[in-house]
Amino acid sequence: MKSSPLPMNNQNTSVFEKIILRKDVRFADRVFFWITRLIALLLVGLLVSMGLFLLNASSLAIRSSGIVSFVSTSVWDPVKEVYGALPVVYGTLVSSVLSLIIAFPLSIGIALFVNELAPAAIGRIVGFLVEMLAAIPSVIYGLWGVFVLVPFLREYLQPWLISKLGFFPLFEGPAYGVGLFSAGLILSLMIIPTISSISREVFAAIPRGQREAALALGATRWEMMKLSVLESSKAGMFGAMMLGLGRALGETMAVTMVIGNRAQIVASLFAPAQTMSSVIANEYAEATSDLHLSSLALVGLILFVVTFVTSSLARLLVWRVTRSQRKLK
Amino acid sequence: MSSLRGQIRDFTHLRYKRRKLLSLFISFLLSLSALAAASCLISVFGYVIWKGLPHVNLDFLLSLPKPVGETGGGMFNAFLGTLLMVFLGSVVGIPWGILTGVYLSEYGRGKFAFLVRFSADMLASVPSIVVGLFIYVLIVKPMRGFSALAGAASLALIMIPIIARNTEELLKLVPNHLREAGLALGIPRWKVILRIVLRGSLGGITTGVMLAIARVAGETAPLLFTALNNRFLNLNPTQPMASLPVQIYTYAIAPFDEWNQQAWAGAFVLVIFVFVLNLGTRWLVKPTALGTRD
Repeated sequence: MKSSPLPMNNQNTSVFEKIILRKDVRFADRVFFWITRLIALLLVGLLVSMGLFLLNASSLAIRSSGIVSFVSTSVWDPVKEVYGALPVVYGTLVSSVLSLIIAFPLSIGIALFVNELAPAAIGRIVGFLVEMLAAIPSVIYGLWGVFVLVPFLREYLQPWLISKLGFFPLFEGPAYGVGLFSAGLILSLMIIPTISSISREVFAAIPRGQREAALALGATRWEMMKLSVLESSKAGMFGAMMLGLGRALGETMAVTMVIGNRAQIVASLFAPAQTMSSVIANEYAEATSDLHLSSLALVGLILFVVTFVTSSLARLLVWRVTRSQRKLK
Repeated sequence: MSSLRGQIRDFTHLRYKRRKLLSLFISFLLSLSALAAASCLISVFGYVIWKGLPHVNLDFLLSLPKPVGETGGGMFNAFLGTLLMVFLGSVVGIPWGILTGVYLSEYGRGKFAFLVRFSADMLASVPSIVVGLFIYVLIVKPMRGFSALAGAASLALIMIPIIARNTEELLKLVPNHLREAGLALGIPRWKVILRIVLRGSLGGITTGVMLAIARVAGETAPLLFTALNNRFLNLNPTQPMASLPVQIYTYAIAPFDEWNQQAWAGAFVLVIFVFVLNLGTRWLVKPTALGTRD
């Protein structure tokens, strides 16, 4: 029998691949390697072609108005064939930022509670419940939003806020129920699992000794969390926040159902609005003119690029943090 | 002198009390945030059961939608449509995802593997509505019509990165000496990978696959303009097809009470389906002996 060299998993790439591709390596092994490699390459191809196909589909809109004026025009009116993406970009940004403002502290709180505070059994239950929050399909959140959250906001919370804080432009105007505020609330519920699970990963990567050191110096529980957990995982928490933001930017169904679907820029958080994803969901299947389809594709392309940038930044950040911490351990 | 010492003691004591109190207060806030998230989950669940369960009956499960105004009718076409599209999507998505995971874990070192890993993560974070747009341009437009095939393709696209990354993580847990033992016995590497490494982690991989299926079964956005919807029973994958999530969406935003009730009933079925998959795999598939790093 031919002696075949055994590339081991701890060897570095170039050596590893050179050995696997040598002529005297069993033919079947080389075939298997190439098959899996090809399939992995196809996955990269999917991502690249997604960008290219969207670019191609939106070329008409890019040619007719240019990207800069497309995102800075504030009228979106399919009837008059005027397509400016500013209102939907505004809606996306405001609803996402609002959801982060609500979800980020809550998620960090949950992560600290589960990892640092709660007894193991309770921690496991809470962790499980939060994971379940991530398993609920978006359309179910939307349904709950339409029939439970929106009526509650319209009847109770929003009138109260308007009467107390109505002098502030963010909280003025009639209480529609549907609008940016509801969208932000629903979104925050949906990104809590993302942010809290990544934060838990980041916290868990911190060496035990660091916590014990703080406690040994006489720190209270909260001081221990602040000094040895929060202080050293700032970058990781930022990454978790960005991942949550990436999810909030692209979330579609729940937002489409509660945001009111009116492409406008109004200071009040209680006014109906439209986001980038909801305008696609609402109009794409019914769009007939080429320019309309192409403009919606351009909105999709912008959404693709924006989520790509935020998620890749976040990913790299979280990877670096958890890896370097693990090495320290 | 002694009074000064006493003062210092009192002072530090006071400070200590304050610090302790702050710590307690923050702990209370942390517990509150956990409670808030849990109660939201319970509220969503409670409403789905309370409003959905009473309307789930045999008629709802086994009959087709009725026109507006007529009572009764069900979502049989949507159930079948979801099952069929998830099945078609899995046929493509599962092997693709698993093989990519195998590549990443068994051969994946260096720049190309980093690129693949990164692409998988990016693909997983692409908004599902953008996946729908992509499939529309890629399949619906050239085929000149909405079809269940296009819907299945978009579901597959969402499954692939989830399964790939999960498979990679699991295969990496298989201790190296098992591979070495197989290779030392003269077993070809591909056979070692398929028969020892993969088979040993089958339980975990199945869990990952089930979770991916649960995830895509609830996807609405990518189906809106790929599979569209269909009021009739259709099993032809080249035609538009109804699906449970899209049906729930359509019925939820319609101004008819009858339809809204059906949306809740559909939501109940969907939630049960998703959670049975989620919990079932968690408890049924026991972690294998290989699932520990040496």
